[in-house]
Order: sequence, then structure tokens, then C-alpha cells
Amino acid sequence: MPKDHGIGASMKRREDVRFLTGRGQYTDDVSLHGQTHAVMVRSTVAHGRIRSIDTSAAAAMPGVLAVFTGEDFKDMGGNPAGWLINSRDGTPMREPKRPVLAHGKVRHVGDAYAAVVAETYAQARDAAEQLAADTEIEELPAIVDMAAAVADSSNRVHDEIPDNLCFDWGWIEDNRAKVDEVFKSAPHVTTLELVNNRLIPNAMEPRASIGEYFPGTGDYRLTTTSQNPHLHRLLIAAFVMGIPENKLTVVAPDVGGGFGSKIYHYGEEAVVLAAAKKLGRPVRWTAERSESFISDAHGRDHVTKIELACEKDGTFLAFRTATLANVGAYLSNFSTATPTFLHGTLMAGPYKVPNIYVNVKTVFTNTVPVDAYRGAGRPEATFSLERIIDKMCRELNLDPFEVRRKNFITPDMFPYTTPVGLAYDTGNYGATLDKAMEIGDVAGFEKRRAESAKKGRLRGMGLSTWIEACGIAPSHLVGVLGSRVGLYDAATVRVNATGNISVMTGAHSHGQSHETVFAQIVAEKLGVPESAVEIVHGDTSKIPFGMGSYGSRSLAVCGVAVTKAIDKIVAKGKKIAAHMLEAAEEDISFADGKFSVAGTDKAKTFGEIAFSAYVPHNYPLETLEPGLEETAFYDPANFTFPAGAYICEVEVDPETGKVDICSFACADDFGNIMNPMVVDGQVHGGVGQGIGQALLENTSYDENGQLLTGSYMDYAMPRASDVPFYTVDYSCQTPCTHNPLGVKGCGEAGAIGSPPAVVNAVIDALHRGGLTHVKHIDMPVSPSRVWSAING
Amino acid sequence: MTKVTMTVNGKAVSGEVEGRTLLVQFLREGLGLTGTHVGCDTSQCGACVVHVDGKAVKSCTVFALDVEGASVRTIEGMANADGSLGTLQQAFQDHHGLQCGFCTPGMVMTSAALLAENPKPTEAEVRDYLEGNICRCTGYHNIVKAVLAASGQDVSAVAAE
Amino acid sequence: MHNFEFVKPSTIAEAVKALAREDAQALSGGQTLMPTMKQRLAAPAVLVSLTGIPEMRGVCRNGDALEIGAATTHAEVAREAAAAYPALAGLAGGIGDPAVRNLGTIGGSLANNDPAACYPAAVLGSGATVVTSKREIAADDFFQGLFSTALEEGEIIISVRFPIPERAGYAKFEQPASRFALTGAFVAKYASGVRVAITGAGQDGVFRWSDGERALSASYAADALSGLSVSPDGLMADLHGTPAYRANLVKVMTQRAVRAS
Repeated sequence: MPKDHGIGASMKRREDVRFLTGRGQYTDDVSLHGQTHAVMVRSTVAHGRIRSIDTSAAAAMPGVLAVFTGEDFKDMGGNPAGWLINSRDGTPMREPKRPVLAHGKVRHVGDAYAAVVAETYAQARDAAEQLAADTEIEELPAIVDMAAAVADSSNRVHDEIPDNLCFDWGWIEDNRAKVDEVFKSAPHVTTLELVNNRLIPNAMEPRASIGEYFPGTGDYRLTTTSQNPHLHRLLIAAFVMGIPENKLTVVAPDVGGGFGSKIYHYGEEAVVLAAAKKLGRPVRWTAERSESFISDAHGRDHVTKIELACEKDGTFLAFRTATLANVGAYLSNFSTATPTFLHGTLMAGPYKVPNIYVNVKTVFTNTVPVDAYRGAGRPEATFSLERIIDKMCRELNLDPFEVRRKNFITPDMFPYTTPVGLAYDTGNYGATLDKAMEIGDVAGFEKRRAESAKKGRLRGMGLSTWIEACGIAPSHLVGVLGSRVGLYDAATVRVNATGNISVMTGAHSHGQSHETVFAQIVAEKLGVPESAVEIVHGDTSKIPFGMGSYGSRSLAVCGVAVTKAIDKIVAKGKKIAAHMLEAAEEDISFADGKFSVAGTDKAKTFGEIAFSAYVPHNYPLETLEPGLEETAFYDPANFTFPAGAYICEVEVDPETGKVDICSFACADDFGNIMNPMVVDGQVHGGVGQGIGQALLENTSYDENGQLLTGSYMDYAMPRASDVPFYTVDYSCQTPCTHNPLGVKGCGEAGAIGSPPAVVNAVIDALHRGGLTHVKHIDMPVSPSRVWSAING
Repeated sequence: MTKVTMTVNGKAVSGEVEGRTLLVQFLREGLGLTGTHVGCDTSQCGACVVHVDGKAVKSCTVFALDVEGASVRTIEGMANADGSLGTLQQAFQDHHGLQCGFCTPGMVMTSAALLAENPKPTEAEVRDYLEGNICRCTGYHNIVKAVLAASGQDVSAVAAE
Repeated sequence: MHNFEFVKPSTIAEAVKALAREDAQALSGGQTLMPTMKQRLAAPAVLVSLTGIPEMRGVCRNGDALEIGAATTHAEVAREAAAAYPALAGLAGGIGDPAVRNLGTIGGSLANNDPAACYPAAVLGSGATVVTSKREIAADDFFQGLFSTALEEGEIIISVRFPIPERAGYAKFEQPASRFALTGAFVAKYASGVRVAITGAGQDGVFRWSDGERALSASYAADALSGLSVSPDGLMADLHGTPAYRANLVKVMTQRAVRAS
């Protein structure tokens, strides 16, 4: 009988009721007395010099209250990059200033250079149109292609950066000579050039912000679509606007998905705050979807050459990669970490490969800034590895299942330090591969293939075995890797006088189910019903300083902080119980919601202890403080390392090139599981996005830097009919060794592991159909690309 | 400004609107019914789906004045009379058919229209009917499962339990 | 979008009168026009809704023809034409998504003449007659290039009259993002011969594939097209397909339309 509550139970989500009845409160649902409306004026050219902006006509239009341009913000700080990366020669990366509003130059289509605030949205929009007409921008040649950008110093995204290069990074530079040696003498070398396609995150809720200013106190409040309100506050206060941190409250109410794109601070947030102060009225801004396409940070966009050196039996000897990573027009907050420490350090995969060298050149272009998007760097690493391993297997006529198995790090080898700097604590990659082969019914494939063939369809099966480093934290590690912030998280557990509990978390839920799952953990640990536990998140005035939710870190970092705070509550409760029961503190034990004196029937319930804490009529105040509230900051010892094996089956229609996903099986090791239903959902969602990347989502710029896929008319989002029911399993569990919950994180898994499984399946289908000339197809593996590959 | 009158979730309502006022703007800004969401500007995401005279429509792509006199139902009108979740809403909760919740109102309204037309849809029919509703969180698995379950069909065999 | 005056006449005469005003624009289902207006690519001063005119709605069989009011929605055509003209009903039931089908209308689609829309293929493939507020226009004369038709200023479509074929089929290959036709083929077999209309592929919008028509008129079977090749000249190139790819789809989709008929 499965548990019906507490850790491990598939409890239904409490947050669902408000979402299902239309009572969610997203930023754009907030309506404030006296509010005004801001509209951004965005560049329609990819690269240009702003010659003049005449604001007079716009400012005189009906309802217009204020007009801002880059000039108004030029003395403010820039929006900073959170990670400092050094080039191979030791020089620090180039960090051009990213202003609130573009000043001097516009650097991508969508770059906001002015803002209009008016009484109504329609008036602001009308005036923004006027302002655009009254702006003279001298168009410059657009820098779009990365290779050309690096080769041509005459055309610069930032005038002070001659080769458009942010950095040229080697990982690990000391490995390089040895790796080159191995390649010279290797019995077999496989080479593959591939593109990891640029993606547009497309959280269904567009970004939105409301700025308020309270002149009586000098306080600001920003209500915004954020995955990490404290990070937003820190960036805006300390780096951009120079507001004292304690004078700014950032509230992220219900947030409609993030996938990375709402980690970052964007200029609109500073605009609404500055405008609110100037006008003395709330100022709101909500992106239209067409604005989201050209202003939300994009993801991926790597061009990679990867080489694999191996024995003739498929034993890996070395990997070597050279990647051009597009950073877009400006550095976004995580953008320098994504292609480096979230990518290069994962280039060992789950394999015992002795020699690895990774080179990444990160390039400025006249495109939307690129930053972390679900998986962030790890999907790129996994895709490169899993595609070239498959290619090698075909070249040497080896079984892709057995080659992977042969190269796996085995359970007896942990802890295992890879040549690219990570120390995996635990895992069992053979077990997840076995499980995937079972739930994916590999044995029955041939029969299904024959059935497909009768319909004129080519059936193929693709495998991907993946690993990631997540629970994005340990400050000591990320510090070594260049992070300018710490990456811990925090929780406060407040036991109220009446015995119910408020838990304030640094993590922010924008779909991840914290309100339900964190309550399960608290209920289990304190022996109270979940209904007595309230999870509070998303408001810097209420929560402790935590770093928010991304990088599959909510549970593995913040969830553990919750348990650490609970440990402190229990310790304090024991002190109170000892006092109340006139016993020694060390004789008090806590179980099932009761504090008991060992060897007696004397006990106090949790509720009695709580009440006593707030009615301390006879407390020995020198040794026992009133109250029952504790905060814990948790900074783990290491990343966590979830891993798994994914098997995808596809049918290819050779007449049209269309690929249909027939089945998708995921066997993952997430360590211990808190709520299976929620884990299922996380995997489904990740795989859905991975299938989107593999088959559908194409971000395309033309040579002038115009985004050709700027709406759902051309950017293909996965729909219900594009995906199957997935088969998900996480019964192979090697609990994380360094956190007390034994959890690893599951949010990004699906997006990391799935794209190569899909592409491998397509190539497999074509080869089994006799189309062996097709070695690779870049994502998205669209019908026209497949058809062209077949007929090319 | 022109006066518009309609019935929303069983209540007669009216308001002053411009010609260009969209139904979704009237619902959200005029009536404070913010459960209906706007997720795109090209009529594709479906977050704004409501029922007009019993039919699912995208409220971002109909003018308020064009539904003068109509009967409109939104997500706020989908619960049972006692405030408890309706069958379809309950199925979404039971089967984890939502994560961030933003697309959910449109998903529920479109699914309700499907079940009104086709009380026992197949999996393929559900997926096809949801063509105009985009979800970025769930990979659709649990949405499809919830709709099948709400139709009274056994979903215990659907993978990943 | 820019503001405008909204009018909703209840007779054709009133509609024609309203459309004679300066910068007046007809609004039918609005499923294409409204997104265009949001982008401020269209900015009428007067918007004349045609959905409140009873005589412009409904599906009616008159002998060998099916007459469909211009303001009839795709959903209504899918339901009400199913018995008389299943290929047409199937096409209507596959346009966009259910919510779009509940508002979008046949007249709106034809007046817009999107090169990737489905209805132009049915109208041209059936050799239908477009009945307007002024005259009757043969399908072969109606479509005049991308987003361009024979309609004159102020002229509105009242209905479309489809001769009911012996057999017909429609096969659409969807563009992966918009789900419009990347290439769609409508095939209709009449006593006088077979018509094949292709949407989504042509640089100038919907067109008749005459080689295909000849082959199918001689032998109405998918295999009759096997030996043909389609020239990519004049076909559209975009992110979703080259002219050569679309040329392939013209043949493949026509074959599938024949098999479906």
C-alpha cells in the first residue's frame, strides 16, 4: 500500500485548486490603484547607431505621462554577468556594459532603447509607435554568423571588442597535449560536426513587471516574473540602480513557468521602478508574446566539432571538442557559465574516459542574449557525446547498448573523479540501462519494426545515456569555477503559537510543486499533518536570502535547508520539553509528533511544545529563549549527479520526411523520491521540451539579424499531438551521499537526456531502411531536413 | 466607448468598451476575471479559451462588441455550485495535469468543450482537439490522461504510474 | 491595435453600405485579421462584422450543388457538409484548431486568400462559384495571387456554391509551427474530369496541378501519378521547406488525397 502522505507519497497538489478555478495570481493579474502602463520601444534592426530620438511628439500624445530613453539610465550600472571566465591565456573575459535601455547603439532586434508610460496600455502603445517613427537609427551590418564574427574585426557588436570574442576557454588546458597525443595514435577516430540549435524558452506566461515607489519611506516594490526574487533584488539594488537592498522588495507571485528565462534581471524591471519613482504611481509592463521572442534570453546555440578516439572494440580513449557558443548581443547573468562550467565539466558523461579536452569560444553577435535554458550546457554536452558515440558504433559496426555499457563507470568506482573536474559521488548506470531496455521493450523492437514497414514507415530506436551535475550549488565549487555569488539556499521554519507551521523558502515554485512537496517533508519530519504546514515563497520581505529555483536545485539545496531548519526546531523543542517535563534534554526523544522522556510515559505533543514556546511563563530565560522559529542556510558539499538511460522509438515517413515519436522510455536515477507524481510530471515536461528541441524548435535569423521565427506561426512549439505517452521509471535509486534527503533533482533530466535519443532513433530508422548515406541531421530534425537528407 | 452587455458565468454584466477591446480584455480588466490568460498574440496558445454560447473560442481573438448578448463561461464558472472542483477540474488535479497553471484555464475550457461534443474521446482525439492549446510544463502526458479520466475511461494502464 | 468604430449589421444591404465608408474593412471570423491588426499591419477606421447576418450563414444542398453561406464557420461546415460533401467537411474540420473553427468562416478565409489556407484548395479544386454582393465569380478567376482576389473594394462574399463531385479527397501536410498547409492537395472527380488544387506550395498561392489532373482524368488512381515529376519552379521557399521539398509534397499529397477519396 503506497503511503498517502509524507515523504514518498503521491500527494495531490494544493496549489492546483487556485489554478483550476482561475484564482491564481500572476503578475499581470495584479491591479493597483492609480496604475500606469509602460510600453518598450524596441529596435527593429539588428545593429545600428542611434542618431537621434525626438521624444516631443510622443510625450505630447494623449495620456502620456513620461518618456524614457537610454540617456536617462546611462549613469546607472550595467546588468552584470554572474560568472567570471578566463581565457586559455589567463586573460579575463570581455564584459561590455549591458545598460537598462540601449544607449548609443542598438545591438539586436528587440533591444529596447526607449519606454513610454501612459494612463492606458493603448495610449502607451500609440505613443511608442510615434517615438519609433521619430527615432533615427543608422543601420550597421549585422553580425549573425559566429565564425564570421570571430574572423572579421572590422564589424563589432561592441566597439571595444575587436574580434567579438568574449573568451576562448580551455578545459582542462593541462589535458590538451595529452589528448592530442592520444588522438595521434588512436586505433579509431570518429569526427562529428553538429549544431545544438538555439531555442526560445517560451514559458507560457510572458514576462511582466510592476514597479511601485512609496515616497513616505523611500521604499520600492517590484512585482515580477522571477524564479529567484532575492537574486533579482541583489542585481537591481547593488549593481544596476544603486538602491539600498533593504529599500527594495521583490515579489514573484504565481509565475507561469520559467525554464531559466526568468532567472535573469532584465532592463524592463529597472524601467518600471525608475518610472514609478518619477511618477509617484505604479507602473506596469507585460510583454506581448512577440516581445518575448525578441527579448527573453534564448538558450543553447552551440556549433561543435567533437572527436572520439577509441579502440576498435569501442573502448573510449579520448574526447576532444571545439565549440563556438553564441552569447548574443550582451552577457546575461548566467550566460558565461552555461557553455563552460555547465557544459565542459560534463563532457565525461557516465563514462570512464581517461582523456578529455574541451575548447569553447564564446562569441558576441547581433542576436538576443543567450543564457541558461532548462538543462543549460548539460544538454549540449550530452547531445555531443551521445551522437558521436552512436556514429562511432555505426562506423565500427558495434552495438550501441553494449558500447555504452562497456564504458560505464561502474558502481565500485565511486567516488569517481573525471578528467574534467567533477567528482561523481554515486550511481549505477548499468542498472538504469537495463531498466530502460526493459520498459522500452528493446526485445520486441524487431516485431514493431516489421509492422511499421508494412505501412511504409521506417522504424528506428535511439538510445541516450546521460548524466548531469545539478542541485546547482556548492559555493566552494562554483567559486573555484568563477561564480561571483554563493550558491546555497535557505529556509525558515516558524512554528506558530497555535501549532501550525509557516515555512519560508528561498526556492521559488513556478510549476515545481514546492507548496505540496516541501509540506510533505515538513509533515514527515515533525509528525504533523500536511494541512498544518504552509509554504511561503517569492517575497523578499518574507523569505530568507535564498538563491531561487533553477538547475534542479529546489529540493537538493532548499529542501535540505528546510530539513536542517527542522532539525533545529526539534532540538529547540527538546529543550522546551526537557523544561516542561523536568527531565534532562538528552533524555528527550522526538517521534511521531511527540517529545517523550526516555523510559517513561511522560510526553508532550508538538502542539503543547509550540504553545509553551509562545507562553513562556516560567522559562529559565538565561538558558531557554521563547519562540519556536529557526532558519538554516544549506550549502552542500558537492553537486548531485542524477543519471539515466532513455530509449526513443520513431517512425519516419520516407515520402515526406516526417518523424513520429512512437514511444519514449526513461529510466532515471534521481536518488530518493519525495513525491512520485510530481517527479513523473517533471520528467514528462523535460522530455516534451527535449522532443521539441529535437524535432520542432528552430530559432532562425536571416543574414540581417531579423528573427524569422518570431511567433508561434514559425517557431514550432510541441503540441499534444506531437508527443506520445511517456514511460517513466525511477526505481533504480542510488541516494545522493552528501545530503540528508538522499535526493538528486529531476527538473532538467528529460530535457538533457532526450534530444540525442530522438536523433539517434531517426538515424537508426534511416539506416535500417537502407539509407546508410545519412550520417547526421541537425536539430530540429524537421520533415524537410529529413527528406533532404534522404534525397541529398 | 460603447456599452456592451453579456452574461458571464450566469450573471448579467455590462461595461463600456472601445471597438478594439478584446473579449479577454473585457473579462480581465473590465470584470476582474483574471483566470483567463493571454499567452500569445497570434491566436495559437489557447490560454485565453472561454466558451461563448457553449462553444470554445479564443477570447483574445474576438472583440467584446462582437459577442454582445452572448452567454460567456470562463474558468471561474467551472466549479460545482458548492465551490468544489468540477469533474474535469478534479481530474486535472488527480492526474497532475498542470504545473505552473498558466495554460490550465484554456486547457480546461477546451477539454470541457471536447467532452461536451464527444463524451468518450480516444487518446488521439484528445490530442487532436488540444491542437490549439500549448503547454510548456507537462509534456501533455497528464493533461491527456486527465481528460480521458474525466470522460470516465480507465487510465490505469497509461504509463508512468 | 488602433481603435476603430465597430459595426455589426444584420442584413447584406446594411453591410454593403457600411463597407462603403472610408477605410472600412469587413470582419468575418477574425482569426487572421485580428492578429494582423494587433501587429498594427491593418488599421481600419470602421470594422464591419459580417457574422450577424442570418442570410450569410448555413449550408444548403440545391440539387447537385452545395451552397455555403460566407459567414458559416469551419465547425459548422465540418458538421453540416459531412453528408453531402465529406471531403469538404473533412477539410473544414482540419483547419486550425477547434476554437479557431468555431469562429473562422469560409468567406473570411477566401477573401483573405492566405497562400497556405485550406479553403482555397477546396474552392479551386471543386471549381466552385463565389457569390458576392455584386456578382458570381468562378473559382478559376477568383484567386489572384498572395492575399489577393478578384473582390473589389466594398464587395463581400455572400456564399460559395460547390458542385458536388463523384469523389474527392484532401490531404494536407502541416507546417510544423502554424499548422497551416505546408502543402495541401484537394482532388475532385467530376464527370467532366478531375481537378487538382494545391495550396501552401505556390509562390502565387493556390494553383491547379494540370499534369496531375490529366493523369487522374485518364486513370483515377494514386499510381497514375507515379511517373510524374513536379517542377520546383514557382514554388515557395521558406524555413519549413525548399521548392524541391514542396514539389515532392505536391505529388505525395495528391496521391494521398486520391487514396482518401
